[in-house]
Amino acid sequence: MFADLPLLSLVIWVPIIGGALVLLASKNEQAQTARLLALTVSIVTFLLTIPLYTGFDLTTHQMQFPEKTSWIPLFNINYHLGVDGISMPLILLTSFTTILVVLAGWEVIKVKVAQYLAAFLIMEGLMIGVFAALDSILFYVFWEAMLIPMFLIIGIWGGERRVYATIKFFLYTFLGSVFMLIALIYMYIQSGTFGVLDLHDFKLSMTEQTWIFLAFLVAFAVKVPMWPVHTWLPDAHVEAPTGGSVILAAIMLKLGAYGFVRFSMPITPDASQSLDWLMITLSLIAIVYIAFVALVQKDMKKLIAYSSISHMGFVTLGFFIVYMIIDNTGSAQGAAMGIEGALVQMISHGFISGALFLCVGVMYDRMHSRMIGDYGGVANTMPVFAAFMVFFAMANAGLPGTSAFVGEFFVIMSAFKANFWIAFLAATTLIFGAAYTLWMVKRVLFGEVANENVAALKDLNNREYFILGTLAVAVLVLGLWPAPLLDVMHVTVEHLVQQITQSKL
Amino acid sequence: MMQTSFQMPDLTPAIPEIFLLTMTCIILLIVPYLSDKNRVLTYLLSLGSLAATAALTVAVHTSETVYTFSGSFVSDTMGDVLKVFVYLVTAVVFIYSRKYLLDRNIFKGEFYVLGLFAVLGMMVMISAHSLLTMYLGLELLSLSLYALVAFQRDSKDATEAAMKYFVLGALASGMLLYGMSLLYGVTGTLDIGGVQTVAAGLEDSKKLVMGLGLVFVIVGMAFKLGAVPFHMWIPDVYHGAPTAVTLFIGTAPKIAAFAMVMRLLVEGLGDMHDQWQDILIIMAVLSMAIGNVIAIAQTNIKRMLAYSTISHVGFLLLGILAGTQAGYSSSMFYVIVYALMSMGGFGMIILMSRAGFEADKISDFKGLNERSPWFAFMMLIIMLSMAGVPPTVGFYAKLAVLQSVIGVGLTWLAIVAVVFSVIGMFYYLRVIKYMYFDKADDTTPIESPTDMKLVMSANGLGILFLGIAPGSLLAMCAAAFS
Repeated sequence: MFADLPLLSLVIWVPIIGGALVLLASKNEQAQTARLLALTVSIVTFLLTIPLYTGFDLTTHQMQFPEKTSWIPLFNINYHLGVDGISMPLILLTSFTTILVVLAGWEVIKVKVAQYLAAFLIMEGLMIGVFAALDSILFYVFWEAMLIPMFLIIGIWGGERRVYATIKFFLYTFLGSVFMLIALIYMYIQSGTFGVLDLHDFKLSMTEQTWIFLAFLVAFAVKVPMWPVHTWLPDAHVEAPTGGSVILAAIMLKLGAYGFVRFSMPITPDASQSLDWLMITLSLIAIVYIAFVALVQKDMKKLIAYSSISHMGFVTLGFFIVYMIIDNTGSAQGAAMGIEGALVQMISHGFISGALFLCVGVMYDRMHSRMIGDYGGVANTMPVFAAFMVFFAMANAGLPGTSAFVGEFFVIMSAFKANFWIAFLAATTLIFGAAYTLWMVKRVLFGEVANENVAALKDLNNREYFILGTLAVAVLVLGLWPAPLLDVMHVTVEHLVQQITQSKL
Repeated sequence: MMQTSFQMPDLTPAIPEIFLLTMTCIILLIVPYLSDKNRVLTYLLSLGSLAATAALTVAVHTSETVYTFSGSFVSDTMGDVLKVFVYLVTAVVFIYSRKYLLDRNIFKGEFYVLGLFAVLGMMVMISAHSLLTMYLGLELLSLSLYALVAFQRDSKDATEAAMKYFVLGALASGMLLYGMSLLYGVTGTLDIGGVQTVAAGLEDSKKLVMGLGLVFVIVGMAFKLGAVPFHMWIPDVYHGAPTAVTLFIGTAPKIAAFAMVMRLLVEGLGDMHDQWQDILIIMAVLSMAIGNVIAIAQTNIKRMLAYSTISHVGFLLLGILAGTQAGYSSSMFYVIVYALMSMGGFGMIILMSRAGFEADKISDFKGLNERSPWFAFMMLIIMLSMAGVPPTVGFYAKLAVLQSVIGVGLTWLAIVAVVFSVIGMFYYLRVIKYMYFDKADDTTPIESPTDMKLVMSANGLGILFLGIAPGSLLAMCAAAFS
């Protein structure tokens, strides 16, 4: 029944058009209409993404649900969509997270409600577009267009230093991506195509590959973000409204990592191989150094932001450790494991970081403070909430049984096959991650009730309970039974490993 | 063989020009007999003339290149496409400026007559195929514009701007004319095609003079386009002129100036591409650098847009200097897109202004999202398009130009261009910041005639629509050079 529908186009355009419709209910007294409409649109979009999973063919690495029509014939640019085992789970993550974000802003956002919800819906469509695009200009259009709603979300509904944070966010990302554009045009001039899959097969010399790799690196490293171009993230997270932080952490950061596996590694495999030391070094710095930075934060949102950077270091490590593993063991088996671990980590981090930001949001809505020092003993007044927060904190620290464990364990295991010391350094994050997360939990949740504001706190309402509960289930299910996700990825990852280890010279 | 008898030239390709000239003269004759109450008639008549001229241009269009008036007038696809956009832009300028002129009590027939003469000048420039015709068109355009800038005669700023514009403009025209005379001296012909033929087989001893002529011609053109280092007049004139006139100067004449560059540099001096490429590279880099950096320091939005124009001219030159068909068509696309965006940008200033109040400071856009979410959204699209962010058409303009530059191996130039556009991003974002993130100081409702609101909306949505489906306009520009 679903096979005939252009599913990918639908999941891109339903939220965008839905967002435009929500804008029509922009009067203050229509706020409730806007909320209900936005929720409907996000649920419909989520339902539309489910057939992508159920109808997914596990046995092929080919792009599925393809759609291709000529878009700008003069430049041979096509409207080409398709998903594989890497992008499909991320699309599901996006549509799932958007529902929670719409719910999270339900009572909290009181000004310009329609615009707020519309921005999130439009952004959802654009982000799905990034994951589904198989033409590099189409990818670039979605990639850049996505910045606009985020820019407005942080700037309009953000905190005190929102203008600084949002302009920094925009300029950083924009600066990174223009170099990618130059690289894409360069390849078009050489090959005559913007098609991502065609570029995968296009031969490039080592010098060309190196420059193109670096151009992509700037674009994707800013987005991931990798050390040392990460400084926009803590600012953006701190100032963004809760929903914005959730989308940033859960999905936007994944786009950068996705770029590495969709563009950098398959298009410039030889450069990736020769520069893997650079990527591994940057990843390790992110994992270890940023974990220390997280340890000293006084602001909860900043702490989680730094924790995100540290965890994203695992993702890039998992990708680029591949070459070393193959050098050492000569088998692609362990290599695939590293990449799969990184991909699971992406999904898992989407749930956990989103959940942690929502937890902070729950407290912020009540206390209007993000500072750890303003809290203490919250568990006494909000026991249910405290249970959730402890659970997500444990997950963030990589507790076995939660989704984070799967990804981190895979990456560390495969790192051992590459080099003991890399694995050792990566594994320290399990300690540091536990340290900064649990220490925050201790200071915020436990102990005596710190002040009368905390004493007056009310526990979760049904809406918040539902949001956090759903995420907790997702984290647990993925942690205990990751097979459905791994099955989806498996064939694609094997193909990817083969692709990125095949020299183009 | 000497021509012994007078032969009537083929007038068909020039019918649009002849028609517009006739209509303008008729309007000029009607103007004195109309009372202020019936002034709207002039306005409607002008719009009607433009529409009819557009229809005629389309009607006489052929896919072949036609020369007439002994080869001093040409009609080709590039020219016809550019002309149609000149009419379109001018018509929109007339629609946008009506309210502004009424509010300031300068809703006079002369505005439209001068405007139409300027359009005629642009048409002649676009179709010029001899050095003299080119100069004729340019002067007709320039003289009309000088008068328009001084149109609000009791305004000190406007008078000052007109004076500056006139003196500098006359100087530039002089330079251009001097360059043309050198070209004529070397080649012995005024015909642009003839210049090309002679230049191709020129002996070495004459190349120096030819080069000198080239430099002077480029100076003249750079002035009209507003490329650094001949950009000084732009901020002052844009700032000082009544916004309705700034709107006009900042849009349609750029299209004509582009045509002038194409006719003179590419068609006439195409063989000297090696020489003018370097000059244009320097001007392009400087224009992008100075335009984008100085725009950041502006508080007046008309000045900011003036510097933004300079940076856009830098981008425009990139396509031309590539020297390929792809490059020319990308520049043509760029100039058309630029005219549409600039039209919207200045149009918004007029929309926000009212009697006794000029919304010409960037801070006047504070809180526009609260006062009028729809027009804030339109301005958002326009600003993002100027900055080159997809999914607006400005992105494809930049994409096409960058593609042509990288296509001729000048990747470094493309990198310079994008770095400056990132720097330029900042001041466009600042306008968005004022509109969306700040509270409004001034909560007067925004009132304007329905026609203006409709056209403004069409302008903004058009930029968005062309950003989603740019294919046909790109193909149209490519067809002009195949």
